[in-house]
Amino acid sequence: MHPAFSVLFLTTFIGAGQGLFLALYTAQIFTLGGLLPTQGGRDFYVIGSLLALAWLVAGLFASFFHLGHPERAWRTATRWRSSWLSREVLVLPAFIVAVAVYGAAHWLGGGQVVLTLNGTHALDVSMLAGVVAMGLAFLLFLCTGMVYADVHLLQEWRHWLTVINFTLLGAASGFTLATGIAALYSPTLTSFFAAWAMVLTLAAAVFRVVTLIRNHYLRQRSSLRTAIGIRHHQITQMTQGFMGGSFNTREFFHGRSLRFVATIRNVFLVLVFFAPVLLLAAAWWYATPALAVTAFFAQILGLLAERWHFFAQARHPQNLYYQSVA
Amino acid sequence: MTQLALVIDLNVCVGCHACVTSCKEWNTSGWAGPLSDHDPYGVVPTGTFFNRVQTFEIGVFPHTETLHFPKSCLHCEEPPCVPVCPTGASYKRPMDGIVLVDYDKCIGCKYCSWFCPYGAREYDERARVMKKCTLCVDRIYDQSLPAVERRPACVMACPTSARLFGDIHDPESEVSIAIRESGGYPLMPEWGTSPANHYLPRRKTRIRISVEELRRADNPLKKEKLGETDRSLPTLDDVMSW
Repeated sequence: MHPAFSVLFLTTFIGAGQGLFLALYTAQIFTLGGLLPTQGGRDFYVIGSLLALAWLVAGLFASFFHLGHPERAWRTATRWRSSWLSREVLVLPAFIVAVAVYGAAHWLGGGQVVLTLNGTHALDVSMLAGVVAMGLAFLLFLCTGMVYADVHLLQEWRHWLTVINFTLLGAASGFTLATGIAALYSPTLTSFFAAWAMVLTLAAAVFRVVTLIRNHYLRQRSSLRTAIGIRHHQITQMTQGFMGGSFNTREFFHGRSLRFVATIRNVFLVLVFFAPVLLLAAAWWYATPALAVTAFFAQILGLLAERWHFFAQARHPQNLYYQSVA
Repeated sequence: MTQLALVIDLNVCVGCHACVTSCKEWNTSGWAGPLSDHDPYGVVPTGTFFNRVQTFEIGVFPHTETLHFPKSCLHCEEPPCVPVCPTGASYKRPMDGIVLVDYDKCIGCKYCSWFCPYGAREYDERARVMKKCTLCVDRIYDQSLPAVERRPACVMACPTSARLFGDIHDPESEVSIAIRESGGYPLMPEWGTSPANHYLPRRKTRIRISVEELRRADNPLKKEKLGETDRSLPTLDDVMSW
């Protein structure tokens, strides 16, 4: 498949936004449970929410460049009964609103205590808004992953690993970003976020590598024999019928050499997993903002490469009809 | 329930591209058009076509067969491109089974084209929507055309009658008879799309007869001595009066 940059930006940016929100809410839950010795201040949560919103809105903005008629995009919410893309289009704005409400609740000083658990744990408005947003965050990871996993023709994507990878990679990048924000605005929380970011990055590494291994051993279901229905073992294409370009030869192929694709794979393995883990370990130890922020930017750049490779690796059966020009 | 479809006879297709050209011409001015071209006389032309003809070689040289393979939207009975369209622009007509795109709703996200195993859907760069073969829906119901011309442009243009058009759910139609008698098959059945368009396989007819089975009634040059000729049998000279 041809990796469209607008879609790469969409999925990577909203993943970071979702992960960042989950990081903030995790810290809030740990504080409530008494597991965090120090609390993030109001500023930390407000700035964190604003940054999460910024990444989410940036991703949504980027996605419009993929459409031929973005002014009709409102129609995409109408087919949620059958289309995962339609469901994602409903959940993404809902999640953005939920994060905005969460941030607003923190801005207004945490809000009144709405509920008390066990007589000791006080739940305020931000906690409840956070529960809703957390549910929507996971739902959005599911929808984004299923948009690709639902494409039954692309066997590389057709697996629950796709949803897991989107979730773990998004969460890892969000926690890394939270580490950077904590290092700048609430340094005592840096080691907490750095530790969790490392855990999530390593978990993401395991599942992503398993996916790479699985895709390496995949056997394609379609062949020229089924594509043209001729039961002979030796079929080759003489010509695809035209010498010019076409949508079919652009949209379903990455347009680069296999060596380039392998290089991108190595680049993302280093930038998404190795480099951030090392930088996060250093940030866990030293808590300097530069290390944590570098970890995030390395990871987000690596995630663009990872998403590029995710698209490039998928082989579409329609390519069987477009093998040779002459 | 009607399901209109094409049956393409691979036995007689000569790869002339008349179907490609006539489709492009009809849709340039019809309801689905124009099918845009970019830089058509330039260095890297590209354009939208509903119907393309590929050529394959079967076997290894020198024991090869050439196969010309026209392909357009197969109007699947279970079209994978329809449920996944987020705006509902992609739909299948219940009255005749033609799969169409509503150009007023389509946002050009290209998601439907990912689901088509045959690559039948194309994004038109100028209109910025997805386009595909309409089975000439603007021709087949057009009362101002003579009845014999209410067929898709490609079917009318084919010089070898390799393209047949009709209702595959009607057992007496030309297409149903062709599928039944000549072993028509669908493409890529493993994806469960149940395409309506079928293809008729190539077939070679041979007379299997040996020298011993040959027996001549007349031997004008009297060269072959294949055995005694029976003089009592009538010959051509007996029945013809020149």
